[in-house]
Amino acid sequence: MTAVTMTRAGAERSSASLKHRLAERGIDSSLLLLLPALLFSLVLFVYPFAYGLGLSFQPSGAIQQEFGGGFFANYVAFFKDPFIFDSVWLTLRLALPTALINVVGAVPVALVLRRKFRGKRLLSSILVLPITLGTVLTAQGLLIFAGRQGWLNRALMGIGLIDQPIQFVNNYLGVMLSLIISGFPFAFLLVSSYLSGIDPSLDAAGRTLGAGWWNRFRRITLPLLAPGLATTFILTFVLAFSVFPSARLVGNPNGSTRVLALMAYRSFGEQNDYTMASTIAVMMGACELVFIALVLAWRSSFYKGSTGGKG
Amino acid sequence: MATTVAAPRRRKQNLVPGDKAIVASPSAWFVWFGMAAFLILLIGILSTVVVDSFGRQWFANWLPQEWTASWYGQGWERFDLGHVITVTVLVAVVVVVVSVLIGTPAAYLLARKNFPGKKAINLLFLLPVIIPPITFGIPLATLMYSWGLGRTVLAVILVNLVPSVPFVILTMTPFIEQINPAIESAAKMCGASILKVFTKVLAPLLVPGILAAAILVLVRTVGMFELTFLVSGPQSDTLVVSIYRAMTSAGGSEARQLVSAMAVLYTGTMLVILIAALRFVNPTQLVARVRDNPDD
Repeated sequence: MTAVTMTRAGAERSSASLKHRLAERGIDSSLLLLLPALLFSLVLFVYPFAYGLGLSFQPSGAIQQEFGGGFFANYVAFFKDPFIFDSVWLTLRLALPTALINVVGAVPVALVLRRKFRGKRLLSSILVLPITLGTVLTAQGLLIFAGRQGWLNRALMGIGLIDQPIQFVNNYLGVMLSLIISGFPFAFLLVSSYLSGIDPSLDAAGRTLGAGWWNRFRRITLPLLAPGLATTFILTFVLAFSVFPSARLVGNPNGSTRVLALMAYRSFGEQNDYTMASTIAVMMGACELVFIALVLAWRSSFYKGSTGGKG
Repeated sequence: MATTVAAPRRRKQNLVPGDKAIVASPSAWFVWFGMAAFLILLIGILSTVVVDSFGRQWFANWLPQEWTASWYGQGWERFDLGHVITVTVLVAVVVVVVSVLIGTPAAYLLARKNFPGKKAINLLFLLPVIIPPITFGIPLATLMYSWGLGRTVLAVILVNLVPSVPFVILTMTPFIEQINPAIESAAKMCGASILKVFTKVLAPLLVPGILAAAILVLVRTVGMFELTFLVSGPQSDTLVVSIYRAMTSAGGSEARQLVSAMAVLYTGTMLVILIAALRFVNPTQLVARVRDNPDD
């Protein structure tokens, strides 16, 4: 590394060697640090993905006969078969509201829990607890707790709020609840991490200058937090978009929660049609990436730089 | 719950004249109400599963009529849970160690240096985290089967590494960005090699970051359903997959109480991991150890 430091110092001279000129542009031996991760990514991510993409252009005979389109028969089937294509909307209808609820809900909670009060650590630990539950226990718990005979319906009927048991599970609501339970702690954890990276003295300075809480939140905290919020939104959206076990267990897998992941798995595991499974998988990724690209484009307009956290 | 109610009152008393809370009281009430609803749902879910796992039969009453602990013994034998838990822990530990080792140097480089193609590499590492596990899981699983690795523990480890390494990079980058580069420059000027900069300067400052990334990866791996499900078989199922199989097994799923007992075991395992992890890191201070607001 000493050698590299010296090359930087000497890089301005035009007579510098190739190594020096490369180092000037940021290519030096420290790039080797990237090598393991890069190799790993190429072997286990890029190659399989390319393989899957190739597979999706080798449709089975049955699909070719039914939908035509040669190499693209799987894609034609994806768009033309309403049974498959409708699940795009079913997935988005589930994922977008859930991700929004998680992020918007996490901000005030993280703000409140930033202050010191008795039991703060307990409360934040409880909020993180659902991470340990996992989708399967959440599903099992929802089925029992919020089922027709469950405590929730009993209690609501007991205090006279409802006459009939509400159907919380085996439908859209059940999957949404399970996604909020598993996604909210993640959102909360991420938001409060980003929040703790913002130097409190910025807020204090705003306060000294007489700004009210809303102004301080809108002008100081929110702009500094916005990139983090975008990231949080993306991560919870991904969680919700790729929902699979809970859509099967607490949802209505043949109706309102027939999400893309279920369709892809159906082709893969039940029909053994690997080419169609790859097609749905690829389209699922593409569909999600469009939404993420929109969020990222929006994020790039935010303030970038130090939030004054450490240093 | 007592703390939930007591907290806002306490906070108000501590306010200095002229000082206003960052969340005004109507919204504070909204927050506490939302949190209470969330906690009720959470506690309800957790306790019903626990109650169910100890009940002999439980349908139309508040509580089961008879109590038993036999579901645990039955579940343990029926699903060979000793083996399943061993596999789960093995997979999780290997994935965490490997992904932190591979991810941290890459995160450091991406946080600190500019070089041609950096954007493309950033995107490459971002993709496995943001695209659905099913999207790359299905081609990856197809490959794993054609490589002859299907249904092995190695395959489960490999597929779980795919989102974990980028996740470490993604989590660590902000931690590294928040460390003042002048500290490293000083170390380098004093003649420290890159290895020494890492072990003597960065690693101690990054301990919270590494722990945060490790915990998140650990929790994700133990809870990872989709990828594991696609490549695992009877000998390589992790706990969450074997519970799912019990819930959906063909020819009628297993007794509900049996599944509940397994789910309780799963949560117990996770809880042990998380409590062990929380001894080292405060969940809300994952990014940085900033000064606490002196006014609070």
